[in-house]
Parts: sequence; C-alpha cells; structure tokens
Amino acid sequence: MYWLSVLIFLPLSGALIIALTGRFSVICVRWLALAITVTELLIALSLWWIADSDSNGYMHIVQVPWIPIMGIQFLLGMDGLSLLLVLLTALLVPIAILVSWNSIRHNWSTFAALLLATQAGIMGVFLALDLILFYVFWELMLVPMYFLIGLWGHERRLYAAYKFFLFTVTGSLLMLVAILGLYFIHGEQTGIYTFNYFELLHTNLSGNTEMWLMLGFFVAFAVKIPLFPIHSWLPDAHTEAPTAGSIILAGLLLKTGAYGLLRFCLPLFPGASVDFAPFAMGLGVIGILYGALLALVQEDMKRLIAYSSISHLGFVVFGIYAWNQEGLHGAMLLMLAHGVTTSALFAIVGMLEERIGTRSLPRMGGLLSPMPRLGAMLLLFTLSAMGMPGLANFVGEFLVLAGVYQVSAGLAIAGAIGIVASAIYLLWMYQRAMLGEVSSDHVWSDLDHRETLILGLLAITVLWLGLYPAPFLDYLQIPATVIIESNTATLAGTEDAFRRSD
Amino acid sequence: MNQFLWLIPGAPLLSALIIALLGGLLQRRHLAILATCAAAIAFLVVLLTWLTGAATSQPLQQTLYTWIAVGNWRPTIGFILDRLALVMVSVVSGVGLLIHIYSITFMSEDSDQRRYYFFLNLFLAGMLILVLADNLLLLYLGWELVGLCSFALIGFWYREPMRASAGRKAFITTRIGDMSLAIGIFLLYNQFNDLSLSYLLENATAQWETSSQLATLTALLILGGAIGKSAQLPLQVWLPDAMAGPSPVSALIHAATMVTAGVYLIARTYPLFELAPHVQWSVAAIGTLTIVYGASAALAQNDFKRVLAYSTISQVGYMFLALGCGAYALALFHLVTHAFFKSLLFLVAGTVIHTNGNEHNIHNLGKLGNHPPLVHWTFLIGAASLAGFPLITAGFYSKEAILTASWSAPAGPLLWTFAAFGVLLTSVYIFRVYFLVFQGSRSSASKPSISSSMTWPLLILALLSLIGGLVEFPVGWPASHQWSAWLEDEFRLAVHPPLGIAYSLQFITSLLSLIGIGLALVLVRREQAGHSLTKIIFLRTGWGFDALYQTMLIHPYFSLARFLKATDALLVEGILHKMTQACLSLASACRSSVEHGVLDKSINGLLAGFRFGYARLSATQNGLLSRYALMISTGAVFLLSYWLW
Repeated sequence: MYWLSVLIFLPLSGALIIALTGRFSVICVRWLALAITVTELLIALSLWWIADSDSNGYMHIVQVPWIPIMGIQFLLGMDGLSLLLVLLTALLVPIAILVSWNSIRHNWSTFAALLLATQAGIMGVFLALDLILFYVFWELMLVPMYFLIGLWGHERRLYAAYKFFLFTVTGSLLMLVAILGLYFIHGEQTGIYTFNYFELLHTNLSGNTEMWLMLGFFVAFAVKIPLFPIHSWLPDAHTEAPTAGSIILAGLLLKTGAYGLLRFCLPLFPGASVDFAPFAMGLGVIGILYGALLALVQEDMKRLIAYSSISHLGFVVFGIYAWNQEGLHGAMLLMLAHGVTTSALFAIVGMLEERIGTRSLPRMGGLLSPMPRLGAMLLLFTLSAMGMPGLANFVGEFLVLAGVYQVSAGLAIAGAIGIVASAIYLLWMYQRAMLGEVSSDHVWSDLDHRETLILGLLAITVLWLGLYPAPFLDYLQIPATVIIESNTATLAGTEDAFRRSD
Repeated sequence: MNQFLWLIPGAPLLSALIIALLGGLLQRRHLAILATCAAAIAFLVVLLTWLTGAATSQPLQQTLYTWIAVGNWRPTIGFILDRLALVMVSVVSGVGLLIHIYSITFMSEDSDQRRYYFFLNLFLAGMLILVLADNLLLLYLGWELVGLCSFALIGFWYREPMRASAGRKAFITTRIGDMSLAIGIFLLYNQFNDLSLSYLLENATAQWETSSQLATLTALLILGGAIGKSAQLPLQVWLPDAMAGPSPVSALIHAATMVTAGVYLIARTYPLFELAPHVQWSVAAIGTLTIVYGASAALAQNDFKRVLAYSTISQVGYMFLALGCGAYALALFHLVTHAFFKSLLFLVAGTVIHTNGNEHNIHNLGKLGNHPPLVHWTFLIGAASLAGFPLITAGFYSKEAILTASWSAPAGPLLWTFAAFGVLLTSVYIFRVYFLVFQGSRSSASKPSISSSMTWPLLILALLSLIGGLVEFPVGWPASHQWSAWLEDEFRLAVHPPLGIAYSLQFITSLLSLIGIGLALVLVRREQAGHSLTKIIFLRTGWGFDALYQTMLIHPYFSLARFLKATDALLVEGILHKMTQACLSLASACRSSVEHGVLDKSINGLLAGFRFGYARLSATQNGLLSRYALMISTGAVFLLSYWLW
C-alpha cells in the first residue's frame, strides 16, 4: 500500500515546490496549498472507507530498506489508532490554511511550505514503525513549527518559539538515547541490529534498564503532551503562535505525545510502565486540576484555552495508564475530540481577534449581540470542552473516568472534580467574552462564508463524535486490545506470585 | 405504538434543529408556531399512547441505535415507557405545550425569539429523553441537556450581567450535584459492567444486602445528583436567582419539570434506596428541612417571582419527604399537582409583571393594581391549591396524602410536625402575596385585557389545579384510590397510620392551612402599617447561604487559582530564568578560566618556551670561529669519552 507513503510525501513535495519556486502569487499559493491538503484529506478518507475495522492489527504496511547496514528501514504501518489520527491531521491542516486565509499578511509561500512540512512530519510520526524513522519525523515536525511560531507569531513570539524548541529538543534527545540503548541491547541479545518496531517489541529487558529506557521515551512524550511539571512551554507557544499554529499545536502536536505513549512507551516497556502507571496517573490528575485552576484566572483567551488543554490532556494520560478497555478507548477518543474542539476554539479566538483586535477577556463583553452566529458556535465548542453529553469530549471523558474508577475510585473522583472545574472556567470565559453589555459601539460583522464553513465542518465532527462515536470506536477495539494484552502478559507473572483474589 | 416512541423527544429535537439551522429564513411568528407544533406533536403522541392502552399494558420500548461500543458494553439510545415514565412525559409534554402556547404572545415583543424557541424546544427534548431513557448514560445526557437549557434560558436576557451570572450559577451548582451522580454511575458500572436501568436495579437488589456499604454509597451519590437538580438543601442556592429568566421559562423549567427531575431519579432508582434505609431516611430529613427552609424564606421575599422560587424549593421538599417515607406514588402525585398550580402561579406572576411594566416588587404591584380580572381569579385558585385549601383544591389531596404517610416513617411524628409547620407557613406566604398584590390595589380605571393564547393556558391550568387531585382521596375516605392502585405495579403501597390518627392528622393540617390564611391577613395589615418581621434580612437572603458559600468556597477557590498562577509564573519562569542565567555564567566562567586561564596560558607558555629556545639556539650561531672551535672540541671530548666508556 504505497498510499501511506503518499500521505507523507504529498505534503512534503508540495512544501518543496512552493518553497523552491517561490514566485507564485499569494492567491495562487493559498489555493495550491489548500488543494494539496484537501487531496490529502480525500486520500485519508478513502483509506478510511476501504479500511476494515475487523482486520487484525495493521491494515496497511509499507516496508522498504533504507540504510540496511544499520538496520534502518522505511517502515510505515497503519492500524485503527493511526488511521483516526491521520484523519484528524488531514482534517485540521486544511482548516488551518482556511483560518489563515486573510490573517497571514506576509510571506504566504514560506508559511504554506512550513505548514505542509509540518503536516508531513506529523503524518510520518503517526505512521512510522521504525524507531529512527519515527525520530526523523518527530524532529521534522518540530523545526517548521519553530519557524511558524517565530515568524508569524504575536508580540513575544521569539521567546515562545525558543522555549518550545528548547523543551521539545531536550525531550527528544533523551528519546534518541533510549532508542539507541534499546537498539544495542536488542542487537546483543539476538544478533540482529534493527530499529524495526515489531522486532524490538520482543526485547528482554532487566527491570532497571527497562525503567530507564522507558523514562527516556516518557520524558519526550510528556513534554509534548504536556504533563504537569514540564508544561510551561505550552501556554506561551499556544498564545504567541498564529491561529494556524495554535490549531496545529493543540490539535495535533499534543496528540503525538499521547500517541507515542500508546504506540511505544506501553508496548515496548510494559513492565516498567505498569510500575510507573501510578506516578503517571498522579501527574495526570495534577495536570487536570492545575490546568483547570490556572485557566480560571487567565485574562488572555488563548492562554485560557491553552491551560484547558493541559487539563484535558491530563484525562488522556489518565485513561492511557488506567490500562483497561474503557480507559484506553476513552483516551483515544478524547484525543480526537480534544483535537477538534480545541482547534475550533482557537479558530474562534483568531476570528475574534481579527475583528476586535484583542484577545484580552476584560476588554471584551457583550459580543453575542453583534455576532450571534459566532457566539452560538463558541457556545457549542465551549460546551463540548466542558464535557456536555452529546458532544465530542463527553464520550471520551466518561469512558476515561469509568476506566480509571476501576483502578482507583479516588482518582476518578478527582477527575470528576476536574470536569466541574472545567465548567467553572469555561462558562466564566464565555460570559466575559459574549454576555453582558457591549463595551463599544463598533459595528462588527458576523461570520462570513469561509468562517462558517470552517466552524460548520468542525461542529459536524463534534456532534458526530458525541452522538454516534461507535464507528470511530470500532477501529480502536484492536489497538486497545493489543495494548491491554501487553499488560496482561506482564501481569500474569505478578498475579501468580500474589494470587490476588477477586 | 413502539416504533413511534422516538417521536416524543424527537419532535421537539427536530424542531430545535430546524430553528437552529434554518431559523434565519423564518419570520418570528412562524418560529413560535413551529416550536409550538413540535410540542403539540410530542403531546399528541403521549395522548395516543394513553388511548392505545399504554396505561394498562406492558411498558413500551424502542431502541434506536448503539451509541457507544466498547468491548462488550454497548449502551444504546433506547427508550422505555412504563407507568412512571408515562406520568412524567404527560406532565412534561402537557405543561410544555401550554407554556409554548403562552409564550407565543408573551415573547412576541422580543427580538431574539429564535434563541428562545431553540432552547425551549431543546429543553423539552432533553427532559423527555431524561424520563424515557432506558439506561443511566442516556438519562445523564438528558440530565445535562436540561441543565444547559436552563443555563441558557435563565441568562436569556444576557445583556444584564446579573442575569448572565444567575445562569452560570445555576449551571455550576447543579453540576456539582451532577458530578455526584456521575460518580454513582461509575460505581454502578464498575460493579455490574452495564448501565441499563432494569438490569442494574434487578442485579443490585439480588446481589447487594440491605445497608451494605456499596448500596449506601450508591444511594448517597444518586441523592447528591437529585439534590442539585431539585434545589434541595444544601444546593438550593441557584433556584431563587434562576428567576432572572423569562416567566414562562420559570414556570416550565424551574417549577413544573426540571426541578422535579431529582424526584423522578429517586423514584426511578428506588430499589437502591430501599437497600440503604439510612440514606432513604436522609431523603426524608432533607426534604423536611427544605420544606421549612423554603417556606420561611418565601415569607420574607418582596420579589414576586422569588416568593414562588422559594415556594418551589419548599414544595419539592414535600416530594422528597414522600420519597424518603417510601410513598413513591404520592411523591409523584404531588409532583403532578405541583406542576399544575405552580406553573399557573408563575404564568400569572409573569402576566402581572408584564402588564405592570416589569415591576417585580409585590408592594408596588399592589399599589399599581393593573390586573386583569381573570388573572386575579386564577391566582387565587393557584394560591389556594398551593396552600392546600381543604376539599376543593388538588394541592390539598396530594399534600394531605404525603403528610399522612410520613407519620409512619421512622421518627415520623417529628417529620410530620415540621412538614405540618410548613403547611402553615405556605398558607401564610402565598396569601400574603395574594392580599398584597390583589387586594391592596386601588381599582384602576383601565383593566388591561390579555390575548387568548395567554388566557387558555391559565384557564386549563386553573381547572387542573382544582380537579387534578380527585384521582386519589385521602386515607380512610370512602372514595377511590385510583392513583396508588394504578402505580402499584411500579411501587409498593405507602404505609399509613391507623385510621383514627389519620383522620386527626388530616383535620389538623386542613385547619393549619385555614389558619395560615388568617395569619396572612394579619401580617399584611401590619406590613402595610409599616411593621416588618423580625430576622427579616436573614430570611430574605435565604438564611445567608449565598454569603456563606461566597466566603467558604468561591473566594478560596479563586484565591487558590490566583496563588497558583503567581507561583507558576514565579517558579517555572524563575527556574527557567535561573537555568538560563546559570548557563550564561557557566559559559562566561569557562571563557575566563578555561579559555583564558588554561588554554591561552598553556599556548602562551608553549610559545614563550619556543621563543626562549629560539633565542638560546640562535645565540650559538654568532659567527665567532673561536666559539665554534670550542664547541667542536667539547663535542669531540664528549664523543671520545662516550666511546671509551
């Protein structure tokens, strides 16, 4: 199935063409970039169409030797989880381009090239099954993102871009060390030196080594997610990035961290992950409550949404480390839901900023009366973000908490408090922005066709995920089962030892 | 009939969808008619189920599709219509329809009808989903949906920050209760791996022992959810503020239907409460306390709608009392009659406030006195029914039944005393309003007339407030007990005290409600003379709960958030800053010590050495033959001595 390679190389070659030829007019570049990403979306949709949810594990695999002497392959694979995240990526990038249609005023060709390059990197991350290849894509999405923030961001963009780069590079270097460690250990044991994910799954690791290698991966992913003590790059990066950048960051980059946990951290190091799970869940619950509390007192709307992301991704970590059917399904679905919901929220803030020239909540108020459609859309996505049943986030959060409850009732209660807290800060945000008396007598236009299209698409997705998530959940059944099996295989030993009675 | 069940919540839901998507193309008036038609369809389907014998046959069921699929757990969007649900859908769709009709005229001046009817229809759909849901997850969906619509409609006139805040307060307060319910759902799911209501209740009864820890915990958590929605102590604070919404909304959501969702929830899951007798008794205790709380606070209000709000809190307390005593059918009975007379009172209040230029103060309303005669009489009927005026009102029968049943509960006489005191207070506060508003008026010349779309709902509700109670006569009376007999399949019968006691209790409460009317007259005379109740501020602020929560919860919560924000900036930024500083100073230290001190010095030393050697060596080549000869001979001596050695 060479279509997987197409998913990566189409945006990459698009980026190169746009960057190298360079002399296109702005209008031409915009349409070209849109056409490329829409083609990408169509490819992803058709892959979804032909995908069989019952097929065992990986639906498509691409395997080509790359640097055989070091055991590096060009190995791509797509299972249900990858498929849904590829779909999310393919959906959000054209949206990011549409959002930037008028708001990016200089260097459209560079902007589009960087955006497409980021997309190629993210696609690669979600598809790569060779660890070095994965690492290459991991860094590939980072560099263009750095420039997107640094060149088109807001006032403190350089600081934010620098911080973003510093945090993520530190994490990914640790991951590189862990990858090499795993490579050599596996090579010594079996005599086969390879970075192939499937081969490495069967490496025998001693307890301590496993823990250190796991931590190497974990830190890289935890920075991206981001987990509590290493989250500080996120509010700055989200706030300072241009709207498209915020959408890519919140909608996709954060998901790569959670995806990494699911794809690599848990299956490669099940024993260490089991031991580590209580700590990870602890960090998750701190993230949930901490993010929710800090979001309450932000005055910058983008910053508020950024902190809410920390809170929501805490639920994802929660569900992942609960390590049961409900938790994993919930975490995976919440990744999709959060991607769509938060992207829409950032898009709306971008639209507001284009109109009223500020993101500061104290300077807003009463905006519902001049912009009823925008206000209605904001309400819809705000409700989704606070876990209203029937909208996207609810199903994910409910499943996560139902899963966590089976592990620890106390943690589930703390998570449920987080949902109440999300209602507190989100409604407060909505009230400060939309309700009350209009503070000035400007005439603001409501959503135009382009904006209605963007938000309409996202709204349909949010309703679909909320009202009929079964088609999505079907694809997650096998990936979740695979991860659970890696756990039960590990636990089998311990259970014999302890004879836990139910 | 099964396949039409979806139409009951489906019709208003579809209409809400049409209003949201295409509402811009319709005229205001057509929006109102569309929304009303949707409510009418829902009501007609309910009527049809009555006519086709749903009341006597097996429960109707319909499953639409699988909502979520995780492993073996597949909760569906599925409905079930048993007798309990039938009572609820009849009240919700019936009162809902009347209120839609009333709204056509009441809201006709408003420019934002699209939003109003969208949320009103959505509310109806949510409430109907709530009562028809066959599993707890779908019930929770309806539960949250009605909370959302309540939020949106309380803050309907959002330009005033006070109203917007009231909506937010309602949402968040009820959400604290919802959290408790959600945790209860997690617990049940963890135990039974399923959320289907019938399955859960069956298995819980079979597997759990009475008073077992799990049963107690589950019942407590569900009770938490019910308390939030039904505005019982201590989560009652949102309801008085909820009166910021339009009056028809207050009538529908905050009197007749949504606030009784908690009562429905407990009645639905009553086997769990029977497994936890302590919790069940707490339901009764909370109800009793709330009766007195609400009634006493209502006594001191000057805002017309706030009196009714506190009255609602108090009346829902009677339903909780009945639930706590195991008299589920009677709780439901009071729920129905309360829906009639309380929505009637709210609609009248709305009309009065509307025709008097948005004046809410009952003293001022009395002085203005622009009341259409119809409004006067219907209010009197509603007030009498609320006060439980003996024999001729519906409220008398339902409240009487609850009071009699409460006598046989544990600590029954105590509960009864409080509840009976509540009857007295109820009678006093509502007739205080009646005398102040309708009897204090200097009859003004022009009585405004009201249109028929407002008249009919008032008349129908007034009629129901009178005759609605005739389905269940008090214990020991030689007349039918159709209501509890009909619901016997669902619930067991309430326990009644011996006949002699029952008669005397009935007599005392009837007397109390009559005395209350007299007391009200005395009170109004004193108030008009300028006297006021003692402790009036304490009562008027609802026993100071708001201030308490402000200092105990809200303020600390915000302080914590601000503190974390400050430390976040200080700590993380500080650490980062320090790390950057450290890197910089390390770099400069390297420059000064390693670069300058070691490397440069050593290279300089090397160079100096070379320079020295060069100087010494070049000194040997000075061109003096004698020096050369000396050197050659010295060298020769050395070589010779080496060889000879």
